[in-house]
Formats: sequence, C-alpha cells, structure tokens
Amino acid sequence: MSEKKTELNLVSRLESVEAAAAEAAKFAERHDFGDDVKFAIDMAVREAVANAVKHGNLLDETKQVEISFENRGEGFEITVRDFGAGFSVEEVPDPTNPENLLKANGRGILFMRSFMDEVVWSNHAGGGMMVRMLKKR
Amino acid sequence: MAELNISERQAGDITILDMSGKVTIGEGSVALRTTIRRLLGEGKKKIILNLSGVGYVDSSGIGEFVSSFTAVNKENGSLKLLNLTQKIQDLLAITKLLTVFDVFESESEALSSYK
Repeated sequence: MSEKKTELNLVSRLESVEAAAAEAAKFAERHDFGDDVKFAIDMAVREAVANAVKHGNLLDETKQVEISFENRGEGFEITVRDFGAGFSVEEVPDPTNPENLLKANGRGILFMRSFMDEVVWSNHAGGGMMVRMLKKR
Repeated sequence: MAELNISERQAGDITILDMSGKVTIGEGSVALRTTIRRLLGEGKKKIILNLSGVGYVDSSGIGEFVSSFTAVNKENGSLKLLNLTQKIQDLLAITKLLTVFDVFESESEALSSYK
C-alpha cells in the first residue's frame, strides 16, 4: 500500500493549478479510486487551487499554496490553504441567480460543492483560509 | 503543445470554430478570448463553437464561454454551441447556463438556426 497522505507546497501562479491536478490524479490512481471520484477531485482541486492562487494569495509568488491529499478510507480528502486575507463564503454571490448568470466569474465554489460530498472553509490558525473537501468512494 | 487548439472554417457568413483540448484557466481561456475578439474585429458575428474535441472545461472556461456569448451579443451577433460532451452539458446544467446558450447536436441544425 502506498502512503496514506501527500502534501505539496506550490508557488502562487496559475501553472500550479495544473501541477496540483496532476499530483491529485497520481494519488487517486495509486489508491484505486474510481473514475467518478477521479473526475470530481480533478475538478475540485483545480477550482480550489485556482481560488487560492488568484483570490487568496492574489497571484503573489512569495506566497505558497499548501495542499494535501489523503486516503481516509471513506474517501479522498483534499485540503487547500492560502495565505490571503480570507473571505466569507456566505457572501459569495450565487452564480445561478438570474442576475449573475452572465457574469464571467464566480462559479468555482459552485463546482466544488457540486462535485464533492463535503466542502468546509475555515480560517487557519496560522493565517489564511483553508478549504477541506471530501469525496466519498 | 497548446492546451487548446482552435481551427476556423466558414459556412457562408457563419464561422465555425473547431476546438480541441481543454478550456481552462490561463492559456485555454485566453486562446478562445483572443479568437473571438479577432473575429468580431473582422465583422464576423455569427459564430459556432464546435466543442466535440473539448474534453475538459473548468469554471474559468465556462466563464469564457459566457464572456464570448456576451461580447458577440453586444455586436448584435449570435454565438451558439455545438457537440457538447456529457460532462460539459452537466457543467452547463449545474450553472443553469443551458437556459442561456443555444446548444445543438448537429452542425446542419446549428447552421439552419441562423436562417
């Protein structure tokens, strides 16, 4: 059996989105997750890391994005932490409201919630925001 | 290799963009934006995005479809979607954008819709 948890520290640039997704795919492959789980985690990792890089760390390359993947038995757990000022998820506009349908941005959180079974944001004790997501097997 | 390849063909005054690859944050989204801006600059306002070769779209890519749609509409044109994979259809359903876009499964139907 391969290691149960993998941790990554990536620089806040858009290329890190692809790098994180590639590592998530390898981890899922090693732990025999099914295709539906692989698709969901790929989508969730990309959206969470993109949010951390763009909206959390504001593309500041001196800031890191900390990512972990863990096989928790019940499913695939992802955490993504940025070092930004934080935000209130309740205040993010619903992109499916008619007045927001034609906006270019703001659908990442909807995708994370749609494809994962659990998505929880919290303020990290050491600063920044962390999102924890679980996709059940 | 580019993340997204776009090749262009004309059917009368309608431009069909055959897209393959990924429409995701960064390069893929920028490639689509650049192409749409150029077409509008050339006065080409009837545009079909043929997505049969697009295997993956993220929220940024969906946002780029929306931006393209509104940019073309502003010029009194019309942008339509053709040959969506099931996954992209699912994303458009989740975002309630199936109610916004004209979506076609056959090119002849998409072309006829401009008449």
